[in-house]
Amino acid sequence: MLLSNEQMERYSRHIILSEVGAKGQKKIIDAKVLIIGAGGLGAPAALYLAAAGVGTIGIVDADNVDLSNLQRQIIHTTPDVGKAKVLSAQETMNAVNPHITVNTYHEFVEASNIMDLIAGYDFILDGTDNFPAKFLINDACVLAKKPFSHAGIIRFKGQLMTYVPGKGPCYRCVFREPPPPEAVPTCRQAGVIGAMGGVIGSLQAMEAIKYIIGKGDLLTGFLLTYDALKMDFRKVKLPKVSSCAVCGDNPSILKPFDYEQAACKL
Amino acid sequence: MKLTVTGNVKEYADGLTVAKLIELEKVETPMYVTVSVNDEFIASGTFEETVLKEGDSIEFLYFMGGGQR
Repeated sequence: MLLSNEQMERYSRHIILSEVGAKGQKKIIDAKVLIIGAGGLGAPAALYLAAAGVGTIGIVDADNVDLSNLQRQIIHTTPDVGKAKVLSAQETMNAVNPHITVNTYHEFVEASNIMDLIAGYDFILDGTDNFPAKFLINDACVLAKKPFSHAGIIRFKGQLMTYVPGKGPCYRCVFREPPPPEAVPTCRQAGVIGAMGGVIGSLQAMEAIKYIIGKGDLLTGFLLTYDALKMDFRKVKLPKVSSCAVCGDNPSILKPFDYEQAACKL
Repeated sequence: MKLTVTGNVKEYADGLTVAKLIELEKVETPMYVTVSVNDEFIASGTFEETVLKEGDSIEFLYFMGGGQR
């Protein structure tokens, strides 16, 4: 299928790039990306991926839009307060780009649904706020051999890494298991600068795009950390851990499982 | 001795352990930090006995949630 005149114009700033071209744009249009969490990270990521023309985007979130979300979750607007985040996100994404399909999943990820949720997608974005969900997404993606982008933000800091099956470490290689509830502060307790979601969520979208077009180096084997107060970006090298419980040589985790409920939900 | 701690070269006393460095650097949530020395992770139960040496490069990796709500 050739690109239409409308598509050629809409995506002209992509197509003019030698790394993308019409061929790369076609890959973007054919791609399927799942965004778990339509919040601080998922909002900017979803907007950029929709604008870029990612043909199928899934959004998973059980929450409704709250007034306190609007300081950073730029996919939702004031009239959306009270509406399901997935519907609010879908409306904004389709307003930006009516040619894409947005699949909504008004639920939280759990061991019982995650394998089905990720099955139809090429790349997963973790935009969740709690560690049980982050470990669940990691384990499911490792088990299903799906690439994904992990990210976290708090106060003036953010971080992300990209897992690609067979290349480099997974999230569990670095962090082993979730901290006990309340041991590590959450955004709700500690606060976060709204633009931090924009910085890190956009970087997640960038990783997805690079993966889709197959250009450049992904953050596999590295954790990118960002300290906004010091205006410092650092790429910290991560070793692969052969004893990792899920991606190691003798894995003990053979199917996804749920941890106790997260601190932020208390 | 000179150590590179999160990218910055600084002078430290000889015989410094990872546990002591965590204290000196006022690492947040010291119980739940992941530490790498020269790009290898240090098992969390061994911070007290892991002695650093001249030229070591140390990184602290933190749990970071956030994003959704």
